[in-house]
Amino acid sequence: MSTTVATPAAKEPQTRRRRGGRADMSDRASAENRLGMKLVAPAAILMLLVTAWPMIQALYLSLFRYRLTNPDDREFIGLSNYATVLTDSLFWQVTWNTVLIMVVTVAVELVIGFAFAMVMHRIIFARGLMRTSILIPYGIITVVSAFAWQFTFSVNNGWVNSWFDWLPWIGPDTNWFGDHWPAMFAIMVSEIWKTTPFMSLLLLAGLSQVSEDMIEAAKVDGATWWQRLWKVILPNMRAAIMVAVLFRALDAFRIFDNIFVMTRGAQDTESSSFLTYRQVIEQMQLGLGSALSVLLFLTVLLLAFGIVRLFRVDLAQARGEG
Amino acid sequence: MKGKNAIGTWVGFVLILVWCLLPVAWIISLSFKSPDETAVGSPQFLPKDATLQNYRDILDNPDFLDALRNSFGIALISTLLAVIFATLAAYAIARLEFRGKRAVLSLALAIAMFPVVSLVGPLFDLWRTVGLFNTWPGLILPYMSFTLPLAIWTLSAFFREIPWEMEQAAQVDGATSWQAFRKVIVPLAAPGVFTAAILTFFFAWNEFVLAISLTSTTQARTVPAQLSYFVGPDPFNPPYGQLATASVVVTVPVIVIVLLFQRKIVAGLTSGAVKG
Repeated sequence: MSTTVATPAAKEPQTRRRRGGRADMSDRASAENRLGMKLVAPAAILMLLVTAWPMIQALYLSLFRYRLTNPDDREFIGLSNYATVLTDSLFWQVTWNTVLIMVVTVAVELVIGFAFAMVMHRIIFARGLMRTSILIPYGIITVVSAFAWQFTFSVNNGWVNSWFDWLPWIGPDTNWFGDHWPAMFAIMVSEIWKTTPFMSLLLLAGLSQVSEDMIEAAKVDGATWWQRLWKVILPNMRAAIMVAVLFRALDAFRIFDNIFVMTRGAQDTESSSFLTYRQVIEQMQLGLGSALSVLLFLTVLLLAFGIVRLFRVDLAQARGEG
Repeated sequence: MKGKNAIGTWVGFVLILVWCLLPVAWIISLSFKSPDETAVGSPQFLPKDATLQNYRDILDNPDFLDALRNSFGIALISTLLAVIFATLAAYAIARLEFRGKRAVLSLALAIAMFPVVSLVGPLFDLWRTVGLFNTWPGLILPYMSFTLPLAIWTLSAFFREIPWEMEQAAQVDGATSWQAFRKVIVPLAAPGVFTAAILTFFFAWNEFVLAISLTSTTQARTVPAQLSYFVGPDPFNPPYGQLATASVVVTVPVIVIVLLFQRKIVAGLTSGAVKG
């Protein structure tokens, strides 16, 4: 009871002080305010110009039947494009593919990336060599990675079939791109190879912030390796894991390059980004394509929101931005 | 127990090297295989008899050289401009109090996660009307805005660590304000700016979605886009050796940058994301 009464009373002087402060904001503070705004303006305007403006444009175009091959036929059709997309089984197949790729690659990368981070954290020799090699997949062009793996899985010129022919389901003429699941597998391998380094570096940064004393204390108290990992190390890395998962998940959801190069969407391996691209650029269906763009944008927004809620970490706060 | 750990680390070390370098070794090996060898099928890892023919062909291919020129030009210009804009913004974010600071950071974060393909349609339409389709600026503008978020986050994290009082200390010691800035602040800020530049360059060098959507000829097409069109006469039998060779050529700058600046890249990648 006393606290409920005390709170507004305690708050009162604080708000008054703040209000007073703003009224006679010193010249220096307002000059600082103006300078700050001027300095961020170019960057902020550019970012808005190339993203917000086209996005509004997409929102508008998505309400029209508009095909570039026949621009005079442009006609307002309300939400029909959305109805067309949402009732099409292809859209759902593609969304399912994208979600599957996202979940599988991020899960695998978390495990491999964490293992890599553990090794890099412990290693005392050849740190430079290790860093260099881990950064090569990160820096390499995704299209190049896609080609490298496409050739790896190629029937005539790849080494997978000859190196792994001891596995019962792999023979010399296994055609990896001839069926849905093997093709998806190849795509995911390329994606995982290319982006695990990024994941492992973020996890390494988190890992190096976990206090050694705490791990040592748990060891003295008799915690097994497994217990130390799950009860001490991982909970203390939550912010790093969350950042890594957030960035990678949203990045994986945008998967495009690997699919474009490796299958061009054959064997039902299209992703959401690929379908949108195909509608807009190849079929010139600007209206329908814009509806897909808007839906993709909303999905990413929803995903980001979901992941942030799931981990309950405020990104800005995690950075001390308050 | 100690020995077991050390063996584990060694095994992990070797596994990481194999994981990271095997595909690179594979395209290098493939680039030395002759067209005759890949045409009949050559599933072994190393070439039967290594040849430089692919390198001669690819460096004689005008389309590839154009793409290479476009890639370098577009990536370098976007990097330069993005870093200038980001430095101004990051300085303000790290050092000044102003309204809208949080909004700018949130905007940057939102754009970092933006599905690039969503913009392809509207930008395609817009660029054709204003004459930016298939030009360098048509790619540089979106590349700048997509690299600004990462650059701003990385740089503001770096700038927050700089002991700015040293500037005043130098002035007290008799330096002019220009000297204090040039001799004290620039050397302290340079590594951060440099790191942001490397990450920006990697993005622009790598970008593919916009590169194939907003270009139509080798006038502005960058290497990743050009590679994807490089199928040769028979779509069922791509020119493996040539594609591998082109891949090796465009990977060389990446490897050089990584070799020279690995420490900075790691610092930049993690500082922007994990701690402030």
